[in-house]
Amino acid sequence: MFKIIHAEFLAPGIKRFVIEAPRIARRQKPGQFVILRIYEEGERIPVTIENSDSERGTINIVVQAAGKTTHLLNSLNTGDGILDVVGPLGKPSEIAHYGTVVVVGGGVGTAMAYPTAVALKRAGNRVLSIVGARNKELVILESEMRAVSDALMITTDDGSYADKGFVTDKLRQLIQNGTRIDLVVAVGPIVMMKAIAELTRKENIHTVVSLNPIMIDGTGMCGGCRVLIDGKSEFACVDGPEFDAHRVNFEVLVQRNAMYRDAERQSMTEYQQHEASRSAGHACAAVEPIPGGRA
Amino acid sequence: MSPTAKKSLNPVPIKDRMKVPRQLMPEQPAEQRAHNFEEVNLGYSPELARQEAQRCLECAKPTCTDNCPVGVKVKEFVELIVAGDFLAAAAKIREDNVLPAITGRVCPQEDHCEGKCLLSKKVKPLGIGYLERFVADYEKRMGSHVLPTVAPSGKKVAVVGSGPSGLTVAGDLIQKGHKVRVFEALHELGGVLVYGIPEFRLPKQIIREQLDYMREMGVEFETDVVVGRTITIDELMEEEGYDAVYIGTGAGLPQFMNIPGEHFNGVYSANEFLTRINLMKAYKFPAYDEPMLDLHGKDVAVIGGGNTALDAIRSALRLGAAKAYVIYRRSDAEMPARAEEVHHARQEGIDFQMLTAPVEFLADSKGWLTTARCVRMELGEPDASGRRRPVPMAGSEFELPLSVAVIAIGTSANPIVQSTTPGLGTNKRGYIQADENSQRTSRKGVFAGGDIVTGSATVILAMGAGRRAAKSIHEYLTTGEW
Repeated sequence: MFKIIHAEFLAPGIKRFVIEAPRIARRQKPGQFVILRIYEEGERIPVTIENSDSERGTINIVVQAAGKTTHLLNSLNTGDGILDVVGPLGKPSEIAHYGTVVVVGGGVGTAMAYPTAVALKRAGNRVLSIVGARNKELVILESEMRAVSDALMITTDDGSYADKGFVTDKLRQLIQNGTRIDLVVAVGPIVMMKAIAELTRKENIHTVVSLNPIMIDGTGMCGGCRVLIDGKSEFACVDGPEFDAHRVNFEVLVQRNAMYRDAERQSMTEYQQHEASRSAGHACAAVEPIPGGRA
Repeated sequence: MSPTAKKSLNPVPIKDRMKVPRQLMPEQPAEQRAHNFEEVNLGYSPELARQEAQRCLECAKPTCTDNCPVGVKVKEFVELIVAGDFLAAAAKIREDNVLPAITGRVCPQEDHCEGKCLLSKKVKPLGIGYLERFVADYEKRMGSHVLPTVAPSGKKVAVVGSGPSGLTVAGDLIQKGHKVRVFEALHELGGVLVYGIPEFRLPKQIIREQLDYMREMGVEFETDVVVGRTITIDELMEEEGYDAVYIGTGAGLPQFMNIPGEHFNGVYSANEFLTRINLMKAYKFPAYDEPMLDLHGKDVAVIGGGNTALDAIRSALRLGAAKAYVIYRRSDAEMPARAEEVHHARQEGIDFQMLTAPVEFLADSKGWLTTARCVRMELGEPDASGRRRPVPMAGSEFELPLSVAVIAIGTSANPIVQSTTPGLGTNKRGYIQADENSQRTSRKGVFAGGDIVTGSATVILAMGAGRRAAKSIHEYLTTGEW
């Protein structure tokens, strides 16, 4: 059992947990993730590590409620426990002195991009960050990202905060302004990462994305997380999760993440009905489950 | 190898023993078990066990033991069954095999003990596996086993992986007085016994009982530790004070065929398919959260001819598959699966498409598998494995409608431990190099065995490696010599 030391909402539906996991805290590096399971009948889901404190022996994870498991997770609070937390998994981000790096975080993906931005800044890069969210409320880690960035740009889809538009608009502007960009790191929804990849491919800018396929063990054993890279199967858990964006087949990623959509809807509906009957009178917003993917 | 003249407790005269037929294993009827996950074999009764045990010829030089990877003293434990002392028989097996209830069920006896049984020259071999299973189960039912007592050595050993080889190392070393801690990457202990082998062949309760027994002996277990990621081999030795480490991380990454369409929805690796069912209990969805594709009324095929392939397709059948095919590119004779599993699978109605291989998967517009394009094969000259190489027959292509295809053609080395342990020698396929007898690696104090050294093999071969490693680790801890 892994104890939750602290839990707080960063935005509606997006919660940060500080978890006691000394072994993981000691070894966590930017770009890595954990897999967790809440209870005996639960599924294993990959979750972003936002930060860690090796002295306190804690890791921070950030979870967006999407399906049953993430909703259940976000109902946990300080003092509760998580049955299994395993990691840190995946290859760490490749941190080097590249020059100017643009770090793009879309939605909850910002939590995954943040530790990489920190490490890139420490390695002496000029870090330009772009954070995008659907609306003002869903912008997360703004002050943290600002603190590690030479410049921070924010977009909201509906214009309720900062600039209306998408992260790709900001990246396109940077390119059009003649900013020399040596590397783009993008973490967020698949559509966003795909759009970034298409944009930078034309400009020949090396781009790294962090992929979020369906996963079970996270150690290479099951092969469920395979993604098509240059037409060949690679495993996101051991060969990734970061890949050269220009080699990724995003269509196949979308297709494979839809594999259990029916089951996910069923789980979510049953969960909502259960919650509704538990707290009768409490209206429960219908949330469309996001299939697969890292929470 | 002639039958011994030593005074025997066996009431059946040697000359009559070949006349006693091999006692059949009681099993769940095929038509019934094809729809449930309960165990196929039901086990001998004490009467059946004694009758079967009386068939033993009591050879002076028992080839059964020589051919057992862990060296179980077959003749001696079988004599104890004849004498009716089943608990002593169990204890006798445990001297060499810490997991008898498991090996009694999943070991390919025809390749080892029973394969060289003197009886098999004329009649069917002694049912050694069935007898082993019987005494292990009997011991459990009686709830009495004798815990060995031993003085602590003051040495600590870390075992990486809780599969059959790691558990064997742990069980052997704890009996030598060493402190043993087993690290497991998954949330449940048992490795392939838990995520790979289905309930109908090896009930999970059996594994839990074996693990309880090991805990009683003092073995410590820690789950959710991926050695190489959560902690490295060097940290285990330098910071956590382990005097020796055994690496038994198992088979590793599932291989794919690299044919077009393997990324379509509905194409699984056998590891994923079986992990969803066995470890995650996806067949109990929605009571368990992990989903899997609904197989009811679907056409399902497994590609491959090993035990994993049969476990997968027999699971699919139990989950409601309308058609359940084994597609294997060689013929019956080359199938690596355990003979009893092939027999059981045929009884259950599995359709074996031998000398056949898929060349492409086809899907609908949304990427869901609909068809495997296959080709028939014929056997040519022997290849590197010594088996005749399958060669595609011109013009033999045909289409097989399928909703789910499970690829069970083997695995390749998992790189996590090797890539995070400087100086650990590997071969060109990425497996850890270890001495065949001592299981020593290129790193002082580090031993390895099982599939991470040999590539995919069997439970008993992994246990054999564990046995040799435990002996060699004990020597190293005692002498300090490398």
